Amino acid sequence: MDNLNLLFAAPILNVQLLLDGLWIGAIFALAAFGMALVWGVMNIINIAQGEFVMLGGYMTLLVVKAGLSPLLGIPFAAVVLFILGWALYRAVIWRIVDADMFISLLATFGISIMMQQLMNEVFGSDVRTAESGLGMNYLFNNQVTVSQIKVLAFVLAFAIGMGLWLFLKKSRLGQAIRATSQNPRAARILGIDTSRVYAATYAINAALCGAAGALVVMAYSIHPYVGLPYTVRSFMIVIMAGLGNLGGVIAAGLGLGAAEQFAGFLLGAEYQLAFVFLLLVAVLVWRQINLARKRQYLK
Amino acid sequence: MTGFRTGLMAAAAAAALVAGAAGAQAACTITLGAAVSLTGKYSTNGTHTKNGYNLALKLINDKGGVKVGDQMCKLAVKYYDDESTPARGSELAERLIKQDGVKFMLGPYSSGLTKAIAPVTEKYKVPMVEANGASRSLFTKGYKYLFAVLSTSEQYLASAVALAAENAGKMGKKPNQLTMALAIQNDPFSQDIRAGVIDDGKKYGMKVVVDDKLPKDLNDMTTTLTKVRALHPDLFIVSGHAKGAATAIRQMAEMKVDVPMLAMTHCDSAKIIKKFGKAAEYTLCASQWAPTLTYKDDIFGSAMDFAKLFNKTYGYMPPYQAAESAAAVEVFADAFKRAGSTDPQKVRDALAATEMQTFYGNIKFDATGKNVAKPMVLYQVLNGKYVVVAPSKWAAAKPIIPRPKWSERK
Repeated sequence: MDNLNLLFAAPILNVQLLLDGLWIGAIFALAAFGMALVWGVMNIINIAQGEFVMLGGYMTLLVVKAGLSPLLGIPFAAVVLFILGWALYRAVIWRIVDADMFISLLATFGISIMMQQLMNEVFGSDVRTAESGLGMNYLFNNQVTVSQIKVLAFVLAFAIGMGLWLFLKKSRLGQAIRATSQNPRAARILGIDTSRVYAATYAINAALCGAAGALVVMAYSIHPYVGLPYTVRSFMIVIMAGLGNLGGVIAAGLGLGAAEQFAGFLLGAEYQLAFVFLLLVAVLVWRQINLARKRQYLK
Repeated sequence: MTGFRTGLMAAAAAAALVAGAAGAQAACTITLGAAVSLTGKYSTNGTHTKNGYNLALKLINDKGGVKVGDQMCKLAVKYYDDESTPARGSELAERLIKQDGVKFMLGPYSSGLTKAIAPVTEKYKVPMVEANGASRSLFTKGYKYLFAVLSTSEQYLASAVALAAENAGKMGKKPNQLTMALAIQNDPFSQDIRAGVIDDGKKYGMKVVVDDKLPKDLNDMTTTLTKVRALHPDLFIVSGHAKGAATAIRQMAEMKVDVPMLAMTHCDSAKIIKKFGKAAEYTLCASQWAPTLTYKDDIFGSAMDFAKLFNKTYGYMPPYQAAESAAAVEVFADAFKRAGSTDPQKVRDALAATEMQTFYGNIKFDATGKNVAKPMVLYQVLNGKYVVVAPSKWAAAKPIIPRPKWSERK
């Protein structure tokens, strides 16, 4: 209650919370794009999603180590993760595309553990950060802080979402991906190499997560076990937004981010995640009711 | 023919027996068992623990070993990797004791792992000296075979609260007018620290204005910091392992959150000075041990001697996790000597009667097995160095309270 009064006493705090929520929500959305894609096209729930994000962060640290600006880590991480995604598809994922969903959960869970331990071996379990070199803005007599790297993350998430949408709509491969998602058998009959489409989808997913990871290491921090929250958030965002709905993913991501910040402020940090899950249940129930109503019309 | 053969075999067996006994005489070895985290999320501190054990082992063995009764025994450690998971830890303790026949155990890294292993060592009546499990709850279960050389969690930040009360005048207040903000991770160990801080605060009549329990998996503290910035507490306490320390230092500087005192745990495992430089200045850090303390023993010499030797051997300055681990081995060596035997029961009784000084601090166990002879120390980060500021006996400088505001810093 005290916290609620505080928000009314100092309304400017709302601005800070909302902005922080949008920044982190944008990064969640970025990680969720790929999950929506892979889930929608290949019917695989990629548990290793957060680990791709984590890996993207470490790739950025490599760029820093080489003496370059960490901002270059964004494309670098995306490229490396694209290649890794492709390789993982060729090694593991193709075996489970048509399998039971449970198998794919297990397989990607295995991949996620491998990646955690591998990064732990290579980089150690320390918490790592990279300095983007971008500054901070202090507004309203330093009652609101805006970190420029977070703004960049926000803009990038939008731009990448837009790019992805265009790519799926216009490009040859994008159309092939959509066709495969609708009916793989028909797509194959029409001469689409669905195996290549799957590989590309999985690789694009990894690349998006890599870019997100580069932003995470500059705006927040990473360590080998940082992945899980990103996997969980992506999963929730995709459930809320529905598969293959990129606009929905952005909206759900930002909404989730903001809701988390306000919940954390009002209820205390320990209830932040609990609140988010409660929200998820509420959304699912509401959807169920809506769907049931639509089914009534159809009868 | 058969008689001759039997005789021959008997002779051979007797010879082997004699040789075996002689061998034992010359090289008596006491093997300690240890499950430490070499992989998984505690691998960094697990390695510090192992390095601490090994260095103490090497020094003791170089000096000929430990005198047990009338023979000199070498010490050895059988290690397993517990993968930072409690279930694996207790499994390995079971294996060390039942399969490998280990009669004495050294502790793992972290309270969680110690909690998993203690019931096993207790069941088999195997004495365990541990150096990295500080949770208060370890010492409320009536364990008889568990001994801890380190200060327990509720003492971690007691000196920070005391320091705030002492310096209340400098912040323009009386001690009972001071306010505290707490951002402490939601796990048993960190919550023990919180309980200690709240108890100490109550003694002075301080008021808690923010009491956030940080989730385990979050790398963002902005909501808590927004609250802290709005409420201006006098003392801000952060405890969330290395991740909490790093996140707080970074985001407080970014958001320019001004508090007169910032106290936290795990500064050195988060390497806040190296990673954040100026942003870490004036932070108060709780530590089990510092190389500048004046404790001494005859194995390592002074605390500084230990630090130098450790640095020479492993190429980095020892964090307190390594120091306390080395001390645990010393405590065992001392107990073997006084027990004059390797009978676990006798060694346990000797451990319970321990009263000694090591380079790491004084060690004396109370009935619950925790060390009650060593206080925590409090560092402040001043000019890029950790300087001991409390307790006053070892203080190398006066603490700077209140910390300068961000706008006044260069």
